[in-house]
Amino acid sequence: MKKVYARPKVLKKAVFHYCPGCGHSIIHRLVAELVDEMDIQDNVIGVPPPGCSVFAYNYLDVDMLESAHGRGAAVATGIKRANPDVLVFTYQGDGDLAAIGTAETIHAANRGEKITAIFVNNAVYGMTGGQMAPTTLLGMKTTTSPFGRDETTEGAPIKISEMLALVKGAVYIERTAVNSPSNIKKTKKALRKAFQAQIDNLGYSLVEILAPCPTNWKMSVLDSWKWVDEVMAKEFPLGVIKDTTGL
Amino acid sequence: MISKTIFAGFGGQGVLSMGLNLAQAAMLEDKSVTYLPAYGAEMRGGTANCTVAISNEEIASPVASSPEFLVAMNSPSLVRFQNQVKSGGVFFINSSLIEANVSREDIDIVEVPANEMAEELGNLKCANMVMLGAFTKKSKVVSLPTLIKGLEESFKKKPKLIGLNTTALTNGYELF
Amino acid sequence: MTKVLMYGNSAIGEAAIRAGCQCYFGYPITPQNELTEYMAAHLGRRKGCSFVQAESEIAAINMVYGASATGVRVMTSSSSPGISLKQEGISYIAACQLPAVIVNMSRGGPGLGSIIAAQSDYFQATRGGGHGDYRTIVLAPASVQELADLTHRAFDLTDKYRVPVLILGDGMLGQMMEPVEFKHTAPSTPPVRSDALRGAKGRSSKIVKTFTSKPTELEEINWSLFRRYQLIKSNETIFETFMAKDAQMMVVAFGISARIAKGAIKSVRANGLKVGMIRPISLWPFPYEKIKQMAEKIKNFLVFEMNMGQMVEDVQLAVEGSADVSFYGRPGGVIPTPSEFARVISRNYFQKGLKIAK
Repeated sequence: MKKVYARPKVLKKAVFHYCPGCGHSIIHRLVAELVDEMDIQDNVIGVPPPGCSVFAYNYLDVDMLESAHGRGAAVATGIKRANPDVLVFTYQGDGDLAAIGTAETIHAANRGEKITAIFVNNAVYGMTGGQMAPTTLLGMKTTTSPFGRDETTEGAPIKISEMLALVKGAVYIERTAVNSPSNIKKTKKALRKAFQAQIDNLGYSLVEILAPCPTNWKMSVLDSWKWVDEVMAKEFPLGVIKDTTGL
Repeated sequence: MISKTIFAGFGGQGVLSMGLNLAQAAMLEDKSVTYLPAYGAEMRGGTANCTVAISNEEIASPVASSPEFLVAMNSPSLVRFQNQVKSGGVFFINSSLIEANVSREDIDIVEVPANEMAEELGNLKCANMVMLGAFTKKSKVVSLPTLIKGLEESFKKKPKLIGLNTTALTNGYELF
Repeated sequence: MTKVLMYGNSAIGEAAIRAGCQCYFGYPITPQNELTEYMAAHLGRRKGCSFVQAESEIAAINMVYGASATGVRVMTSSSSPGISLKQEGISYIAACQLPAVIVNMSRGGPGLGSIIAAQSDYFQATRGGGHGDYRTIVLAPASVQELADLTHRAFDLTDKYRVPVLILGDGMLGQMMEPVEFKHTAPSTPPVRSDALRGAKGRSSKIVKTFTSKPTELEEINWSLFRRYQLIKSNETIFETFMAKDAQMMVVAFGISARIAKGAIKSVRANGLKVGMIRPISLWPFPYEKIKQMAEKIKNFLVFEMNMGQMVEDVQLAVEGSADVSFYGRPGGVIPTPSEFARVISRNYFQKGLKIAK
């Protein structure tokens, strides 16, 4: 009998604590599959953030150094500079990467640090209970934008990936989603390319992944998956934003 | 016995290197020495000064609130620091640029035509070394041979300049 | 070894390189720029070493955190306002029990304050500085030679105890030149700790983290930190005494003000005043025991700091009410002169009714 599905070696035998329908578990699995397939388990350091994915190390069987909120890119810089042969990835949410960690992110990219950011955009602060994120859509209700995000007082959703595309040291930036089998496949392909760009010493790479958060969006899982396509991807179009890797 | 000196002048007159060379020589003579340049906002605006303290024992403070010696390479420096100098101290004045009009009577004044003497050597830039030579003769804080030895050390990367600066030091030293 | 004339800031850099420091992350701020510049010129191009001018002090300390986890010797430096920004990272480094050397060439505060030397960061330095229950070892040099020596010692201490070490200097020490002798030569290959996080080669994967959802687990982490702090207190308290033997009054001062105090004490001694000094070199751990012992015989202490009175609280704690503790300070970046402090000592001495030696 042909085996078509197995737990990746790098995915620990633990039950995910994530909510049903959450994008994190899918993204974790994709990272685990890639580390397996690229055979780099003994040569990876991951940098998880505070937030829902703070327990990423409970699931991914690789060396990990937990970062302070927003500082992933700086922590990864320190790791990579001291130890250039290791593959270093940060795992960051929208609040982490695009609000409190904006400076660290832009400057790490600008220095062309050979690191990869896995940027999970679900348009809310998840772990703290659904507050407004820098990527929250206009009109979207959150616990800190109870009347809907208002552009005149809260600004528009920030497109950090497009901003980073202007930075020379960033060599590969793609926006994907994990709300359908085909999008999940594309996400894996993008992550592979981002890792490869790092292994080839080309520069900074980032994959922005639109991920559903049914709990904080107060939707059913199916509705949240649909919402990614119908609403979120309109504001944050999917596809390659920058690619100078030649890969 | 501790002696403190303030070196002051325009930026570009080699004021800091006068202090540095003196400090270097004091170190070679195994004395305690501190060198403190004025820095930050004080540095802007084209004036420069530094303080060198030399002693046979530990130096408490590198700051000169009442120094024994003032080396003034231009008029503003003389105006600024003349009232700080200890009674019985010495002013070394670059007489090429300063009309010595000192109001204090408790101070010994040594006039050194540093610019003219440097020009005679064909390079105005060594006016500071002429002055340092004269300063060394009168103050006796270090000896001329160690000063020259220290100079060879500080001009290691520009050996061409050692000859000129040594002559400038010696001429200053032999001025009186 | 021969002596060289060097800026205090540069001497720290040279000593760090000789101690095997492999990474330095910094951000410009006066009066410590010569150190960042020294590392840019001398560390950046060494084989296997790295220098980064970070985008902020916060980024710099987080780079330190990342590099330290991979087992290398690492340093950052700043001055007062920048050290406030680094406190976030220092707390994480302390929590993860990672080694790091942090230099504060302090300046006047609060706020942007001034760029001149001051000692007003004593509280921040000796009480941990950031959030949470932790301490850092704090070393307070008083000369360029000591800056070099204590920098080397800082790297050894931080590796030994896995507690961040803070060097608390000031703008004056950093900006002045003095002769200095380096007692070590740089290792050809910088050391790497065996517990380093460098990928799970030949072992299972490892996690370095600070967050836990279990209060009892965090309680145990706090206990283990404090057991180590007890060990440091008993092993690593360092201080210098000066003319203490027959003293009827003890001056307590650290860093640059201890130098000034020493000059003042020499001059009042010439007038027969029996004054001595204790200079804490480790500000944490603080020499409580030594001062307590002294207070059994000596009933007058005069604390001298370039701030509004911070270390004086530790002296009061140390004497436990058994001696009189007075204070004299100049805040804001004013550098008192030895003669000014000599007058303060004399006034204090005679007010206390103390006698002059025959």
